[in-house]
Amino acid sequence: MFRSRTFQIAVPALIVMALLPLGVGGYILGLLTLAYYYAVFAMSWDLLFGFAGEVNFGPSFLIGIGAYTAALLNHYWLWPIPACLIAGAFAAVIAGAVLAVPALRLTGPYFGLVTLVAVLLLQNMIVLFAGITGGEIGLDLPDVLSIDDGTNYYYALVFMTVSGAILFGLAQSPVGLILQASGQNATEAAALGFNVAKHKLAAFCISAFFSGLAGAMLIFYMGTASVGTVVEIAVGVNVIIAAVLGGRRTIIGAAVGAIFLIGAGELLRPLGQLATFVVSAVALVVILFFPGGFMGRILQSGGGE
Amino acid sequence: MSALLEVSGLTKRFGGLVAVKDIGFTINAGEILGLIGPNGSGKSTVMKCIMGIEKPNAGSVKLSGTDVAGWPTHRIARQGVGIVFQHSHPLQRQTILEHIKLALLPDNLLMLATDHGVTRRAEEIAARVGLAAVMHRLPRTLPFADLRRLELAKAIARNPKVVLVDEPFAGLTSGEVADFSNLIASFRADGHAVLLVDHNVKGVAALVDRVLAMYLGEYVAEGSAEEVMRNETVRRVYLGGKIETAARPDRAGKDRTPLLNVRGLGVLYGKATALEDVSIHVGEGEFVSVVGLNGAGKTTLFNAISGLVPHSGSIEWRGKALAGKTPGGIARDGIVQCPETRELFGDMSVRENLDLGGQHQTLQEATKQLNWLFELFPILKSRQSQAARTLSGGEQQMLAIARALMMKPKLLILDEPTLGLAPVILEQLSKAMETLRQTTDITVLLGEQNVTFALPHADRVYVIEHSRVVWEGDPGRFAEEAGAGYL
Repeated sequence: MFRSRTFQIAVPALIVMALLPLGVGGYILGLLTLAYYYAVFAMSWDLLFGFAGEVNFGPSFLIGIGAYTAALLNHYWLWPIPACLIAGAFAAVIAGAVLAVPALRLTGPYFGLVTLVAVLLLQNMIVLFAGITGGEIGLDLPDVLSIDDGTNYYYALVFMTVSGAILFGLAQSPVGLILQASGQNATEAAALGFNVAKHKLAAFCISAFFSGLAGAMLIFYMGTASVGTVVEIAVGVNVIIAAVLGGRRTIIGAAVGAIFLIGAGELLRPLGQLATFVVSAVALVVILFFPGGFMGRILQSGGGE
Repeated sequence: MSALLEVSGLTKRFGGLVAVKDIGFTINAGEILGLIGPNGSGKSTVMKCIMGIEKPNAGSVKLSGTDVAGWPTHRIARQGVGIVFQHSHPLQRQTILEHIKLALLPDNLLMLATDHGVTRRAEEIAARVGLAAVMHRLPRTLPFADLRRLELAKAIARNPKVVLVDEPFAGLTSGEVADFSNLIASFRADGHAVLLVDHNVKGVAALVDRVLAMYLGEYVAEGSAEEVMRNETVRRVYLGGKIETAARPDRAGKDRTPLLNVRGLGVLYGKATALEDVSIHVGEGEFVSVVGLNGAGKTTLFNAISGLVPHSGSIEWRGKALAGKTPGGIARDGIVQCPETRELFGDMSVRENLDLGGQHQTLQEATKQLNWLFELFPILKSRQSQAARTLSGGEQQMLAIARALMMKPKLLILDEPTLGLAPVILEQLSKAMETLRQTTDITVLLGEQNVTFALPHADRVYVIEHSRVVWEGDPGRFAEEAGAGYL
């Protein structure tokens, strides 16, 4: 029932999204392209927070590692884009594992703090080695995905759909069930014979893979890698807000939240500085009064039987 | 018969506190052992050490000959130990059947789909524990007893050689208790070894083959349920020694004004009934004891009075309803609770803890109160500059009481002050209670499991059993009327 309900919502939405380039202009397509990459960031984050129960305050650490690995390989060694993407994704997994193995031994808020510090470290490294990384200004890429708005849009849409399907399927599988049990009560899960650390580490690596891959795709869409777009704490905060806003533990809710966040930010642009304030206020209200998020409410209202 | 579980020399220390000291026992296949002891006796720690949730400092835990002491929990579970937790923490979005399926899954990262065998097996288990009719529902729509059944179902699904059951009957009605007894007995019939952990012998007597009693982390007695209940040490631990009572001079106004009047109080913890239709009253200047075994509902009663848990029924304080007041407001009105857990500020000194209690008074009043308290508990005077954390258990309890008294309460609620204290400390505490009672006109509501401690100072006694008040009367009549059925 939960499954079919999610499908009922997701399939028509995807069809509409696929038909959009026929009716709207390049500006809106560009905006949605960005939103779709953010959607993947948020969905990866939800796998970790909603299912494994670990708050990763540094999603932009994984995103940034993936993005900068791909950018450096492309900029200095002129690796083709697909190779850069794969390398970026795996670099994020390795960096994520190196971070998670010691960090998952910590309990409570300490895991989150470690991930937060990791972002600051990465940001500092990039600025320190500005000669290689481009520092604050960023690193120009010789290659881009495409110069056509429509093509870029479809790249992002297909990428989001495939990633979302994999993450959602994983979350609904027996492994996802074990992960949820581990996240909600590690002692009980262990007493049922499950190696909690192993499952959480696996979730972290999967989350890192999609975050890194999406980060790498994003910079090839933009044509430049910069701290402001893929590493800064603010990027991570947006990802977290998107996931919580859309609905924890739903995966697709995270995508909805990301599209809403990017879309609303743009719609309210005429308000100037006030736009960020309004979006943040909406996010705050939703989190305070509807902790289940947008999708949490929609999915739960019928899920009670 | 061979021993499935063999525990020997088990010791667990938390910092300086020895929670479990040299405990050993064996359980054979098809046998149920009851492990009993009051709160703080270390029985739960023993269970956690077996399951690997806590790592023992010394001793061995052998499962069919393999020593698993110190292994991580998931490996011990796979070696054949299952646990039925007292509290169930189900996943909110999964049905009952999915929970049972979860317990049937192997620990494998590549399990992306389950076969039909798993579903069928889960359905069989649901039927066995009586969940067949509700197996497609979500946990939050089910009553408490069904959630306990789910915990049993999960243990059955793992098919463990050794089953640990934590407080099997807590929060259940008598009909449900019978059901659960049958289910636990079926573990025995299937040749499993079962360890039941509970507060008292009475609850598990009908079910167990043998009982081991613990107190303050140490072995007290072992034998059949009757033998253990007759054991002198066990009786002393639960009832204390000889029951003595002392009347005190009557005071004007005593018993006339009902200072506190509780009517038809009910409290639910989620779906478990913690208190049902409880009515008590405390007169001005009265010393009232509420006695009952752990888990009977004493702490819940006090927390309801202090405004810490939501409740039904009415609580009146000096003729006015307390409903709608915050815990802080209730405390300022003069009802001060000294909780079972003491809640001291561990890193602050003894003096600082006391000064915090006197914050609402003028410096002069506070100093006067402090001096009086140092007379009542001389040991605290010499410990003034020590961090509260470094005090012994008895000293901490005295400090907790003293801090509550610093607030000059009109009604002092003392929740189980004897918890985990050695007999010699009890005597000191008892003396201080008597001084308090004879020399001041303070009103006290004392909750205790230890009857010997609770009765001598009491003007009136209530007995709470299974969330209800079952007896009320004079301490002098307690021994003949309620004493026998108490254990």
